[in-house]
Amino acid sequence: MVGRKSIAERLSYILLILIVAFIVIPYIWTFITSLKDTHELYSTTVSYLPKDPTLDNYIELFTTTDFFPAMGRSLVIAFLTAFIAVIVSSLAAYGFARYSFRGRHVILNGILLLYMFPTVLYLTPLFLVFRQIGILGTSWCLLISNCTFTIPFSISLLTTYIHGIPKELEEAAEIDGAGLPQRLVRIVFPLLKPGVVATASYVFISAWNEYLFAVMFTSSATRTLTVSLASLVGQYDIRWDMISAGAVTAIIPVVIIFLVFQRNLVEGMTAGAVKG
Amino acid sequence: MAKKKIDLTPAILILPAFILVVCVIIYPIISAVVTSFRYYRLTDILNTKFIGFDNYIKVWSDDAFIASLPNTFKWVAATVISQFIIGLTLALFLNRPFKGRGIVRSLSLVPWVTPGVVIALIWTWIYNGNFGVLNDILIKLGLISAKIPWLSNADTALNSQIVTMVWQGIPFFMIMLLASLQTVPSDLYEAAVIDGTSVIQRFRYITWPHILPTVISTCMLRVIWVFNNVEVLYLMTQGGPGYNSMTISLNAYIQAQKSLNFGYGSAIAVYGTLMMIAFMILYRSITKRFIEEE
Repeated sequence: MVGRKSIAERLSYILLILIVAFIVIPYIWTFITSLKDTHELYSTTVSYLPKDPTLDNYIELFTTTDFFPAMGRSLVIAFLTAFIAVIVSSLAAYGFARYSFRGRHVILNGILLLYMFPTVLYLTPLFLVFRQIGILGTSWCLLISNCTFTIPFSISLLTTYIHGIPKELEEAAEIDGAGLPQRLVRIVFPLLKPGVVATASYVFISAWNEYLFAVMFTSSATRTLTVSLASLVGQYDIRWDMISAGAVTAIIPVVIIFLVFQRNLVEGMTAGAVKG
Repeated sequence: MAKKKIDLTPAILILPAFILVVCVIIYPIISAVVTSFRYYRLTDILNTKFIGFDNYIKVWSDDAFIASLPNTFKWVAATVISQFIIGLTLALFLNRPFKGRGIVRSLSLVPWVTPGVVIALIWTWIYNGNFGVLNDILIKLGLISAKIPWLSNADTALNSQIVTMVWQGIPFFMIMLLASLQTVPSDLYEAAVIDGTSVIQRFRYITWPHILPTVISTCMLRVIWVFNNVEVLYLMTQGGPGYNSMTISLNAYIQAQKSLNFGYGSAIAVYGTLMMIAFMILYRSITKRFIEEE
């Protein structure tokens, strides 16, 4: 009996290792590829460890393409988007959580339905709107579109967190004569910190990863990291060693943010799932 | 907080978000529907005109659209089901304590935050016909005798991309299901162990009913997400070879982005949206029964 159980246990661990290997190996392979020199990469036999590890691909990527400035633009856009989306969404979430008015539940429940519409549906009309108002090709398009598309989820996320802040604290402050702006800054925002962190990470990651808007709305002078990276595949002579270096670089910021704020992000994301 | 007079404060608080959502999401949706009834090509803009249902009729004689229907079904069904099974397996593992659980959990969440572009590129290189690592491993294991150009072979193009998409979606299922598993009261299991039930019985009668609502909602979110995803397919094969990996959303995207055929592309996107709405109504009516039984 004991022996059989341990065999089942062992088999289940093999299964776990297989799943984890499936998830992790593509990353390891990308990293290994990024350290190889071009000759080794395109030789007839695949080498599993770089014979002569080199950072040349990273240097070449940063000096011969627009990857570095594109990365800077992505970083600025992602930060600003997160900043604006958090402010706009927390104000709205506060309005939804603390006031009762007609249609509140309908809006709160319906707002996430917006995600049902395919992105391809809005791309064209947005393109035309941005062209009409003369901002097509600038980073403003991405700031506006990334911010808006993360707002519905951010609002529902933050509403849950605001519900968790006791009303009594604010009521006491109100009696002491604190107006709404003061209560928001002094009481609500400090207590909302976990929610703000979760939302900001979510928005930052979404904006950093975004490709479809970026490829359609930016020009070669304003394009973001994802567009710059994808464009390397379109070239006549595809350099997979350099692309791998770009892939590794592109993942680093989001993985750092994810690992640092993992607890908040996961807690926020799964709040809906646990409620059922 | 109960005031009788109309308080405009909530309206002011919600206004900025409201304006953005209306201008950037709701207006474009309406505008896309209007455009779908027009002949509208960016390359032939002077001839823009209202043409009724012509775009909607034209799709049925479009080989790309016809091919995209079974492909879309396979793409969504195979991806979501596989993601779910692997994600649930992983969640069940991570719900038990073992050495290195925290690391495994963090690692397995990374694809969730990886840019779609990076995912497509990583896997395109793995699948590469001449220098790809997948062919090399399979040949060394003796599973295949000759190199397969995974993404340019009609039989393997869509399946290979399904594997990529499964990989991308495992974390989402894992984390949602794990969160749900952690709320199952442990005394239920303890009582069941005392009663001498098997692992399978415990899963069937305790775990499964408890996580079912999460399974249902998570699967629906994933269906929408995979259905709408075009990044991976566009960057890996652009729907090729031929139309072997063309899906509805990808077709709409290619029409709009590459051919600048906005009217026709919008009509395909509207078809896609209508299919999703129909699916959701059907899905909700089927799954409602299970949730109410709770």
